[in-house]
Amino acid sequence: MSNAVSALQGKAYDGLVRVEEAGLRGMITVRGNLSNTKLKSAATSLSAVDFPSTGECNCVEESGLAWMSPDELLLMTPYDKAPAAAQRMSKALEKQHHLVAEVSDARAVFFIRGPQAREVMSKLVPVDLSPGRFQPGQFRRTRMAQVPVAFWMRDETTFELICFRSVAGYVFDLLCNAAKPGSEVGVF
Amino acid sequence: MSTRLATGGRLLNRDRATNFTFNGKQMRGFEGDTLASALLASDQMLMGRSFKYHRPRGVVASGAEEPNGLVNLGKGGGFEPNARVTTTELFDGLSAESQNHWPSLDFDVGVVNNLAARFMPAGFYYKTFIQPRAAWKHVFEPFIRKAAGLGKAPKDRDADTYEHFYSFADVLVIGGGIAGLQAAKAAGEAGAKVLLVEQTATLGGRAPVDGAEIEGQPADIWIAETTLALEKMENVTLRTRMMGAGVYDHGYALCYERLTDHAPLAEGPRHRLWRVRAKQIITATGAIERPLSFAGNDIPGVMLASAVRDYVVNYAVSPGDRTVIVTNNDDAYRTAIVLKEAGLDVPVIVDARPDGGGELAARAAALGIRIEKGKGIAKVKGGKRVEGVALCAQAGEGAVLEEIACDAVAMSGGWSPVVHLWSHCGGKLIWDETQSHFRPDAEKAPTGHDGQPFVSVVGIANGSMETGACLENADATGKSVAKLVGGKAKRTAAPKASDVDEAPMLAVWKMPQGAGEKLRAKMWLDFQNDVKVSDVMLAAQEGFESVEHTKRYTTLGMATDQGKLSNINGLAILADSLNEHIPQVGTTTFRPPYQPISMGAIAGETRGEIFQPIDKTPIHEWHEANGAFFEPVGHWRRPYCFQMSGETVEDAVAREVKATRDSLGLLDASTLGKLIVKGPDAGKFLDMLYTNMMSTLKVGKCRYGLMCTENGFLTDDGVVARLDEDTWLCHTTTGGADRIHAHMEEWLQTEWWDWKVYVANVTQQFAQIGVVGPNARKVLEKLGGMDVSKEGLGFMEWADGKIGEFDARVFRISFSGELSYEIAVLASQGLAFWNALLEAGEEFGVTPYGTEALHIMRAEKGFIMIGDETDGTVIPQDLGLGWAISKKKEDYLGKRAQQRSHMTDPMRWKLVGLETVDGSVLPDGAYAVGDGKNENGQRNMIGRVTSTYHSPTLNRGIAMGLIELGPDRMGEVLTFPKTDGTEVKAKIVSPIFYDPEGEKQNV
Repeated sequence: MSNAVSALQGKAYDGLVRVEEAGLRGMITVRGNLSNTKLKSAATSLSAVDFPSTGECNCVEESGLAWMSPDELLLMTPYDKAPAAAQRMSKALEKQHHLVAEVSDARAVFFIRGPQAREVMSKLVPVDLSPGRFQPGQFRRTRMAQVPVAFWMRDETTFELICFRSVAGYVFDLLCNAAKPGSEVGVF
Repeated sequence: MSTRLATGGRLLNRDRATNFTFNGKQMRGFEGDTLASALLASDQMLMGRSFKYHRPRGVVASGAEEPNGLVNLGKGGGFEPNARVTTTELFDGLSAESQNHWPSLDFDVGVVNNLAARFMPAGFYYKTFIQPRAAWKHVFEPFIRKAAGLGKAPKDRDADTYEHFYSFADVLVIGGGIAGLQAAKAAGEAGAKVLLVEQTATLGGRAPVDGAEIEGQPADIWIAETTLALEKMENVTLRTRMMGAGVYDHGYALCYERLTDHAPLAEGPRHRLWRVRAKQIITATGAIERPLSFAGNDIPGVMLASAVRDYVVNYAVSPGDRTVIVTNNDDAYRTAIVLKEAGLDVPVIVDARPDGGGELAARAAALGIRIEKGKGIAKVKGGKRVEGVALCAQAGEGAVLEEIACDAVAMSGGWSPVVHLWSHCGGKLIWDETQSHFRPDAEKAPTGHDGQPFVSVVGIANGSMETGACLENADATGKSVAKLVGGKAKRTAAPKASDVDEAPMLAVWKMPQGAGEKLRAKMWLDFQNDVKVSDVMLAAQEGFESVEHTKRYTTLGMATDQGKLSNINGLAILADSLNEHIPQVGTTTFRPPYQPISMGAIAGETRGEIFQPIDKTPIHEWHEANGAFFEPVGHWRRPYCFQMSGETVEDAVAREVKATRDSLGLLDASTLGKLIVKGPDAGKFLDMLYTNMMSTLKVGKCRYGLMCTENGFLTDDGVVARLDEDTWLCHTTTGGADRIHAHMEEWLQTEWWDWKVYVANVTQQFAQIGVVGPNARKVLEKLGGMDVSKEGLGFMEWADGKIGEFDARVFRISFSGELSYEIAVLASQGLAFWNALLEAGEEFGVTPYGTEALHIMRAEKGFIMIGDETDGTVIPQDLGLGWAISKKKEDYLGKRAQQRSHMTDPMRWKLVGLETVDGSVLPDGAYAVGDGKNENGQRNMIGRVTSTYHSPTLNRGIAMGLIELGPDRMGEVLTFPKTDGTEVKAKIVSPIFYDPEGEKQNV
């Protein structure tokens, strides 16, 4: 694994907020019946977090679960734990119709940190991010300017965002542009 | 002359002088001035020239409705044409230039049009420039283009930045006058999340200028207190310099925030476009005063009465020593009183009403102002500046009773509510007979998804002409709207205001009533586009009965002010000419934006580096650093070739092809789509999607497949590998990955929703590298790892294993005709693997190649390319791909369509190879011509070129094309005319030019 590098190799920018590429993250797409107990127990034991409700994400450090759609779950692990986790997930679901695919390398992960994180994000995503309307634990798949993204909040001042690896540079540039000093909106 | 008064100016900061230039001349104003007030203070009444006749024009209004005061603002990257002087806040260093004149503002040659004006009536362009036809392009259009047009187009790239902001509110209040403030306060106190936007820099609107008293105090005090209260409320956001630009379906609204127009040196974006979703919208957009139509009402110095008042009270600007007031209502008396109190002279108030005004008129009379009832202005005297007025009886035909010298005329024809934002999304209007204006019809509000109204209107925008009524209505609406969004309104009383008794206004659409043709031809309706009363009457006479047609025929309301002043006056004249009632004629359509907004704000962040997302493979950086000449493929940039120093693109491509055919080439094929299809019904599903059979493919094997649309046309192709019993990996074209993924999902979700199949797009999980050429196996064996021998990994097989230290999935497939492996490794290791191949391949002269070499090599082998050989009208049978269409299957997408008579027509153009007789390269897309001509006199066509290249391998031009009865005409020579008039001959041959037996890929 010594050859493995993330799309932007941890590139960071400090403006109204700190934008930083988070490095490689283990990610596994799980498609199947989300109410199935085997699926649920395998997912929760592999991630050590509670199973998410609709539109939610539970994530502690690098392990977590995100509700992607009525039949899709995203399982997150440390990068090097993903192959084994995928195997265990497949094994748990072998008797039912499912699909488990590793997608760790298809993605890039960003952190957007700082008291103005909600504001910077609001320049790019058509989502109500005001306090009380979007809270840690909620998960949103949407678009950021012209590309698909998904994000949630780690805490009141930190967003974590996933996009496709090929557009990591575009997303980073978008965020830096939105975080340029002098462009404060001052509403949240 | 217009000048600055010694005292006053409620918006001015007299401690801060501000320097600016107009047409290069140094001028001074104060902080708080608009460009309009500062120009007036410097006696610059003449500000521009009109569009059609180049008439001298001065400022007529004081806000967004201004039609005349338009300037070119700034220089270079900060240049902006058509900037409205009344909405341009003055700043130090501002430079403005007037528009639409030559050689100078004071002396304009174009003004000769003036004499010819009677030859340029409504529809002039349509009538005059029809014949002779040929003259339009060479004579008329260049002349008109030169004479017309207001501002200049910017020449430099915009130096400013812009952005968007997504905002969500329970209640969006548009307009920060007293009604908007009170509505926001009421809604905010009820707990609603409120966003209030005001287009100017100051909250409060015109109540303070109009002398309103609220809760027994001057309006200014109430405004300050209310603003403070709103600022303290956590759930209320106040934004000034932000215009409600448009209201759209489902509570969507665009607001346009001007951040640094007034402070261009400040950092940050110039404009910000707010994309607001509001549950409810309240428009508190105020009203606009109407001009009166009398002869010479466009001469600089004739202004709206409210504007004159604004300039005196807000900016301490006197429009002239002597101002004549002309009105049909009581409101203009306020202007007379303000002028008098500022120590200026009002020679006469000309009141068109025979009975004159109410309480305000009495106050004016008490100040000693002469009032002439039942009178009108016969004409204004003067050229570039008002010199006097001639009075007449309003009821008459314009016989002059008396001439009065003056420097300015303040006119008021009544007030029209600003109904634009109400109307954008379908709100209807009613005609108010007493006020002679259209106002919103509360019964017919714009409705949302649930059929319920989502826009309300308050204040004078709703036709409430009195301060008390405005506040009451705003308070009630704020509360009721808040309740709709889940708020709980408090039982508080609306603020009280004292109002004076006003006498009714009188509808006056022409002054005097019986004005003849000569006077009507000098009564301006649309100042910017030079549309006069006579033009609208002519249009009606010529049969333009619809207000929308009249608008386009006369250009009434089509200028940059979109008819804010001319609309109602124009349609009243039209109604009168048609002998109809005004509501029967109706209004033209109100469309967003309310005022022009910048293109930059619309684009937002979408410019420069982030104009468009560019997909980059894990090896992209290496390509950039190694001479890649990129071409766009979908949103990817793929290397077309890698240029070495001194090499042309053609040289590089030829070198890459030769090196690959002779020894070893590398291709970054990471962009190819990779879709995993899994489930008990996956085989059945793929059999429906592909024309050939995928369910019978053995685990470990690959098969080339074709996909058609339900109309039978070829849409994508690629190699399918079976990974295990119920899992397939489908490769798509680069541009097809997302499209085919969506295609699969659509069929699974809408048609075959009960089939047990899951699809995952794993395109970006892998970097995929083509290792191609006679030495491909050697380099892999040198790296070590899995068995890639002929026996260990046969042609069209795949296997998982290790290449060197890399986990890899190796597909033995060939798109070049050479011994070839496509190797997928994890994307994060893609670059490392590429570098490992380069290092190991050095002894074989390893050569990275681009898409053009890829294309040439596949063409030499006669392989088709989606998008070259196909264009959405081509079926596999056209391309000799019948072998890839299963005869055994009962059905697949496109099967039935391919049985239609047109699809089975033997005369369909079919794929063949083409070889020029002289060895040259056929032009791409060239047509082969047959005998005779078609009904249009064009030569009959019998085919066309789909791919054409110079083959470095064969050192001659090769091509593929679709030719009528092509495969039956082998050896025939066809003629291809070129665009330069010459022709080129080419022989029909097999499309496989290179290694027809396939020996090289199968070693």
